[in-house]
Amino acid sequence: MSTVRFLIRRILTGIVVLWLVSSATFFLFFAAIPVQDVARNLAGRAASPAVLQETINYYGLEKPILVQYGHFLGNLVHGNFGNSFYYQEPVTTIIKQDLPATISLVIGGTLLWLIAGLAVGILSATRARSLFDRLATVGVLAGISAPTFVVGELLILIVYTQLHQHGIGFIETGYAGITSGVGPWLGTMILPWVTLAIVQAAVYTRLSRGSLLDTLGEDSIRTARSKGLSERRVLYRHAVRSAMTPVVSQLGIDVGGLLGGVVVVESVFGLHGIGQQVVTAITNGDQPTVIAFVILAAMFVVVANIVVDLAYSALDPRVRIS
Amino acid sequence: MSLLEVTDLRVSFPTADGVVQAVRGVSFSVERGQTLGIVGESGSGKTVLTQTLLGLTPGGQISGSAMFEGKNLVGLSPRAMQRIRGKEISVIFQDPLTSLHPLYKVGWQICEMIRSHDKSVTKKQAIERAVELLGHVGIPRPRERVNDYPHQFSGGMRQRAMIAMAISLSPKLIIADEPTTALDATVQAQILELLLRLQQESDTALLMITHDLGVVADIADNVLVMYAGRAAEKASKRDIFYQPHHPYTKGLLESIPHSSASNDRLKPITGQPPSLITLPPGCAFHPRCAYVMDRCLVEQPNLIPVADAGEHKSACFLPTAAVGLTEEAEDLRKQTVEMGRHAQAVKVAEAIAAAPESEGSVIA
Ligand SMILES: Nc1ncnc2c1ncn2[C@@H]1O[C@H](COP(=O)(O)OP(=O)(O)OP(=O)(O)O)[C@@H](O)[C@H]1O
Ligand code: SF4
Ligand SMILES: [Mg+2]
Repeated sequence: MSTVRFLIRRILTGIVVLWLVSSATFFLFFAAIPVQDVARNLAGRAASPAVLQETINYYGLEKPILVQYGHFLGNLVHGNFGNSFYYQEPVTTIIKQDLPATISLVIGGTLLWLIAGLAVGILSATRARSLFDRLATVGVLAGISAPTFVVGELLILIVYTQLHQHGIGFIETGYAGITSGVGPWLGTMILPWVTLAIVQAAVYTRLSRGSLLDTLGEDSIRTARSKGLSERRVLYRHAVRSAMTPVVSQLGIDVGGLLGGVVVVESVFGLHGIGQQVVTAITNGDQPTVIAFVILAAMFVVVANIVVDLAYSALDPRVRIS
Repeated sequence: MSLLEVTDLRVSFPTADGVVQAVRGVSFSVERGQTLGIVGESGSGKTVLTQTLLGLTPGGQISGSAMFEGKNLVGLSPRAMQRIRGKEISVIFQDPLTSLHPLYKVGWQICEMIRSHDKSVTKKQAIERAVELLGHVGIPRPRERVNDYPHQFSGGMRQRAMIAMAISLSPKLIIADEPTTALDATVQAQILELLLRLQQESDTALLMITHDLGVVADIADNVLVMYAGRAAEKASKRDIFYQPHHPYTKGLLESIPHSSASNDRLKPITGQPPSLITLPPGCAFHPRCAYVMDRCLVEQPNLIPVADAGEHKSACFLPTAAVGLTEEAEDLRKQTVEMGRHAQAVKVAEAIAAAPESEGSVIA
């Protein structure tokens, strides 16, 4: 019951947040930039005054800003982000077309970095100050300090190029939808996932190592041992279970911000996801697409936060959602 | 044969600051169904001593032996140790707030212990047993509470749940490490009563750790007084209370709280326990001892029988006759303890030593 109330409340506040974000971006793009500039951007630098006027009329840019705003909101409520200024088609069509690549990247990458981060973190904590632990620390440092595009380019150089030189063509750049077969899809996704994992897993390795070392020293772990449980069970059922809570909070923060973060990975590997699309849209002055991306990113943060809070209360009975 | 026979147990921890000598050659035994109270100030090694028996002091360098039913617990394989933990020897820890796992239901935690030692018990049977145990330790509506998480229990109830878990497999020995220290006074009394009742019902031996001799008076058969990792005195409860020999034991007796409800001590022992890394030479208690003699500064006293009978042992050079003191000497002693003047204390001790017959008498 309290979960339903929690969901309703959070969805309502989420809607308010999305409204504020979309309004802010709308006014930023349509009220702050002079109409003439927008039109010139669309029609091209060499456009004659007549052509400019035609463009303004075509997109309804001459109407009072509040009328345009009302129109924008009305469309938004119906899930319509308007028409792209650049491609002569609805923004939703573009998003629908680009979203699968981004979703593949986000979900696969998150799973991979989570698994890798936790595995290395747990191994480091249980073998604190061993050679493995020290090597992991160095790896973490490298992962944290390496820029995403460097990691991506290096992977392309090392894995992709090498494989192709030896006539092995499994790993490809670009994006192959899952409908074209799991093999080709994996072939295009593995390197982007690994890139994302290398950059992100470092934080999780540190976090899970520290958190696990803390919980291993807790009284309840001593109790678990005194009960005669196997060391394995003490570690996984008792210690790791407690150590997960900070990891989940961190995951919420990272996944929420991920939509902005995948832009670089998408560009490096030519995935044609929505991140890469928005970069193009910015250069093209394609405001509706940019606005749609900003709203989508905000939506992602809102949803990720709700999911994390739910997961948090499921993980820890002391946390009461309301 | 005693249930547990510990001989010359030593535990030290190498640390960055030096080697912490937490336990320095302690011997004691526990008989079936009996209670041994282990008393001493904070840091005297009570927890390390007892946790070592179950191999729960990782990082410690251990020597000596601890024979439990013919098996030496020191150096036991991890497998064999697992079978003893919980099943043969169980532990109740000091802080019930943190001892239970916060993320699992109380009943689940009891079931886990039962089922980890006997795989043939079904989940349903284990839950039934947990309900029964919770009821037995005085938790109301156990069938509902078995599904509660620890945070839904009060401190006293959590300690009851820990006790339920500790008795769930009818162990032969229960180690209770200050089980009431974290609880308020009325709850303390209830928990002690519960422990006593359970122990009498089941003929379980109990190792009761406490820094409060009042608790020992309630529950113990024999007492081991620890100071700086060694046994200062070992005796029956009666001897400890009526014929204490070691000045530290006397200090503890004088510092029993007025009532269990208040924390102000009658007279706390002056000074601090020594560092276990750089121990004072001779008797470790000498910097705080009102009776200190020249010999105490250089020679370490062994735990030897106070009288010929041999059961009452003390690690102090004071002559046997000083076991009990005449009223006059007692007054003088108390005075010196208060003033903390060692010179005067030496005089008292020497006087007693010179004329044991005339000065000393037993105040039993
Ligand atoms: N793992 C360890 N590493 C280093 N020193 C330790 C370790 N465990 C215990 N000690 C030290 O051993 C000494 C004895 O500690 P112990 O916990 O046995 O005392 P205690 O008598 O149980 O005290 P308390 O009444 O506070 O529980 C302390 O000085 C403590 O700091
Ligand atoms: S009299 Fe000597 S041996 Fe006895 S406790 Fe005091 S200092 Fe130690
Ligand atoms: Mg202790």
